[in-house]
Amino acid sequence: MTVGLFIPCYVNQFYPQAAIATLQLLQKLGLHVVYPPRQTCCGQPMANSGFEHLTQECNDLFLENFASFDYIVAPSASCVLHVKQHLHSTNDPALAERVRSKVYELVEFLTDVLKIDHLKARFPHKVGIHQSCHGLRGLYLAQMSELNARPFSKPVQLLNMVDGLELIDLDRPDECCGFGGTFCVAEEAVSVKMGRDRVTDHVKNGAEYITSVDLSCLMHLEGILHRNKSAVKAVHIAEILNSTL
Amino acid sequence: METKTKDHAALAEAFIRDEEHVNWHDGALWWIRQKRDIASKQIPEWEALRETASRIKSNVLSNLHDYLLQFEANLIKNGITVHWASDAEEHNRIVYSILKAREINQMIKSKSMLTEECHLNEYLAERGIDVINSDLGEYIQQLDNEPPSHIVLPCIHKRKEEIGEIFHEHLGTEKGVSDPTTLTRFARRHLRNAFITRRAALTGVNFAVAETGEYVVCTNEGNADMGAHLSDVQIASMGLEKIIPQKKHLGIFLRLLARSATGQPITIYSSHFKKPRAGQEMHLILVDLGRTRQLGRPEFRESLKCIKCGACMNTCPVYRKSGGLSYHNTISGPIGAILAPNLDMKRHADLPFASTLCGSCSNVCPVKINIHDQLYQWRQVIVKEGFAANTKVLGMKAMAWTLSSPNSYTRMGRAGRWVLNNIPFAINNKLNPWYKQREMPDGPKESFGEWYAKNQKENGSDKK
Repeated sequence: MTVGLFIPCYVNQFYPQAAIATLQLLQKLGLHVVYPPRQTCCGQPMANSGFEHLTQECNDLFLENFASFDYIVAPSASCVLHVKQHLHSTNDPALAERVRSKVYELVEFLTDVLKIDHLKARFPHKVGIHQSCHGLRGLYLAQMSELNARPFSKPVQLLNMVDGLELIDLDRPDECCGFGGTFCVAEEAVSVKMGRDRVTDHVKNGAEYITSVDLSCLMHLEGILHRNKSAVKAVHIAEILNSTL
Repeated sequence: METKTKDHAALAEAFIRDEEHVNWHDGALWWIRQKRDIASKQIPEWEALRETASRIKSNVLSNLHDYLLQFEANLIKNGITVHWASDAEEHNRIVYSILKAREINQMIKSKSMLTEECHLNEYLAERGIDVINSDLGEYIQQLDNEPPSHIVLPCIHKRKEEIGEIFHEHLGTEKGVSDPTTLTRFARRHLRNAFITRRAALTGVNFAVAETGEYVVCTNEGNADMGAHLSDVQIASMGLEKIIPQKKHLGIFLRLLARSATGQPITIYSSHFKKPRAGQEMHLILVDLGRTRQLGRPEFRESLKCIKCGACMNTCPVYRKSGGLSYHNTISGPIGAILAPNLDMKRHADLPFASTLCGSCSNVCPVKINIHDQLYQWRQVIVKEGFAANTKVLGMKAMAWTLSSPNSYTRMGRAGRWVLNNIPFAINNKLNPWYKQREMPDGPKESFGEWYAKNQKENGSDKK
């Protein structure tokens, strides 16, 4: 089984440590992982801004980079959801459909494809989970608080395998952080207020770390934490799962 | 954005300046969302009810023409006069002509978002007819000369102290009195007098039953009944989409409506109106006002399933932090943002962007409207129709160009990280809206791609 490592553009540039953790974690689990070097972006920033018609070249590039793999795995629910919903090809629609069905966010890949039941990881800290909306309501990584349905959580399932880690409860377990792509600058005031309120919930409930399946949410929350000189840190879930502290 | 009024972002920013007030507003609406969660989780068939309601509404939208004619025929059989209005002007003219023919110059009106959309009160005021809103929240908004900020809770953005001030100014209550019970009793005295003296009453319509020609109005205050029962002339205004096929379907919608809206098992009053009393006249006005145009838009027609419960507003974090009036449209919040562009795409071009697309709205919707998907779709339409700002168009084209080429992307990424590391003030300044209240991410020396080329290729892990 060969896994194509899909590292979103901003993760590649700003959060290489999360990408390295993802790669090492998959390698530790015995997988053959390849990072196609010519990848750029899934096209979501344009599409969510109303410019989906400008994303064909990004789509073509994605297909060129990833079509040959058995699975495509990324440490980002948001980008994975975009690919699953919007990756199209004018030349080869069947190929695009095949590729869409092979793309997995890291957590769901571990729980649903690899079905792992233990991990050699240690992270002796109090951790709050920030549910990325695209992970939660797009990829169904956990049950959504709005629905009258059986609770489950794939990120919790994995974090419970980590030695020493203590999960904290939040007042609002799955409220949006306000990042929202270009929303974070176009609606700066609302975005920051939403982010500040999320941070307050984690801090109030004793989190030392805020973790998530999406670095875009974490980049936003981290920006607020740093501005407020908070001791609380934002960390991608891959870094915790790969941690041997 | 070239809108006549300030856009959502600017209005929201102004609302957020008073942080204590925003926290209170956010908390009040979140509390209602929690009540909704508790109520919906007490009935095991909740999700099945939503699905059923959604399918009934699908049937209605696909057969609207037939149901409307059936409803009209039954109304006439019941002795109700039927009027059809294609737009706000026609609707208002019909109401005015009914009142003028009976020389009525005062009317009492229970909650009707449709008449707010039509600006009926202003239209009638210009023609010498005085309208009193009898829903307490709408009454307060009317006194303060402001539109409702929420379709179920019209003055949810006001604290009791502000309402006390308004009552003091307009109704002469003692200054500083803000106890809700005292204020409500005072308003009741004023409204009771209006109920008794007004000869005409207008209500909205929650559900119109095609099979029987009756309509149902839901209120918690009983104000629709009070107005209707004491009137000589009773008028109901409804949007075309309010039809349900049969009376037996009402149970599904009534169970969903109040639980979704406020967490109550049912509204206090669910009043059925079917035929006039002896000596009374009843009129019903069926209003299009953009509904048929929306019905013709395949990606947006589902928005017409809305039963106006307001659950999407209560759950929406953007709504809770920015207030309903920041949407500058009668129907605010997520549902307003997918209905408004149909009415005036240029004026409401900002609204589909006033969302993070978090999807919570679609999950609470009792008729399962895919609200956040429609927000995404509206963005595409608005850009294609040319209502996006030119700077944004250029920026997006530049971004698409950079990201479509691995070489230019790598160059830009390296340049961006170099700037962050070496001349951070080029980015960390007032012109960068990210930096205003947030730090930029650290600029790592190496991208993952660069690290991988150095550390992994030589290990041979790149071989397939």
